[in-house]
Amino acid sequence: MTEYNPAYVGTVTRYVVVESFDITPADLASRAYEISKGAMIKETCFGLVITGKEEEVDRIIAELRRIDPAHIFIKDRGFPPGDSRRCRANLGGARPGYHGMEFEMTVIPYVSRGLETLVTVDENTVPAPENPLDIKKLDASLLKKLIDAQEP
Amino acid sequence: MVKVFIYPATSLILSDMVARFGHTPLSSAVAIRERIQTAGLESPPLQITPEEPKKGLKWAAVEVPSGVRGRMALYGPMIEACEAAIIINDADFSFGCMGCARTNELIKFLVRQKDIPKLDLNYPRNEEEGVKFVAAIKRFLIDLGDPK
Repeated sequence: MTEYNPAYVGTVTRYVVVESFDITPADLASRAYEISKGAMIKETCFGLVITGKEEEVDRIIAELRRIDPAHIFIKDRGFPPGDSRRCRANLGGARPGYHGMEFEMTVIPYVSRGLETLVTVDENTVPAPENPLDIKKLDASLLKKLIDAQEP
Repeated sequence: MVKVFIYPATSLILSDMVARFGHTPLSSAVAIRERIQTAGLESPPLQITPEEPKKGLKWAAVEVPSGVRGRMALYGPMIEACEAAIIINDADFSFGCMGCARTNELIKFLVRQKDIPKLDLNYPRNEEEGVKFVAAIKRFLIDLGDPK
């Protein structure tokens, strides 16, 4: 058993994911470095990873969001950047959790469109989406009847 | 500011939406961070110790595999603490191994048992659905009460 002494205790880490035609992660990184007061900022292929005191990280994120509100998305992360237990530089292959984010990146353009639309349109005038719980799946007894009907 | 449980608990979109409209998302990263930042014995990669399956007994029976109980030690306290929930029903990527899959079923069951406001959605498949998706989440979060 080895003793575990955590690093960066009392900090928060947040992803800043950018999906925009106008802004690149490098643009965001430059702006984040300009306004940062001691937070650790790492530029990645999809955006930034920011670690620091919660108030400081929130302040930087609020400032970055203003650049392109509908195309910048924020998510918490448990590990600090470059942690050998998570960083793909040590593990090889995609970082655990990347595939979930990769999937959501295919959906994010639609969400961005929604955010842009709701700037000018009142959300109460938009019809509700279909409730997935209302979609009835094939009943087992009906399936059995269908199977029985096929028998000669 | 209301604590909103999100499913999938790792969702970038839901985490962002909840925070964007002024509430607190309860995601798996928050539970993992607690463990990563707590000193103790080394138990890589997630600092899940043999104590976690014991804590998970509060939400899953003893004959349930320890993998599910260990995961429930992360998600159980968040389900208890949440005051609202947003569930995406077609999040196939969160299937994972059988431990993840069964835990996901249990999470959804426990959330549905709770008497809290819940919003069930599917991922949008085009721009029109994207507008409806964001509008539904915004309406739901505004109805929860005053944001920060």
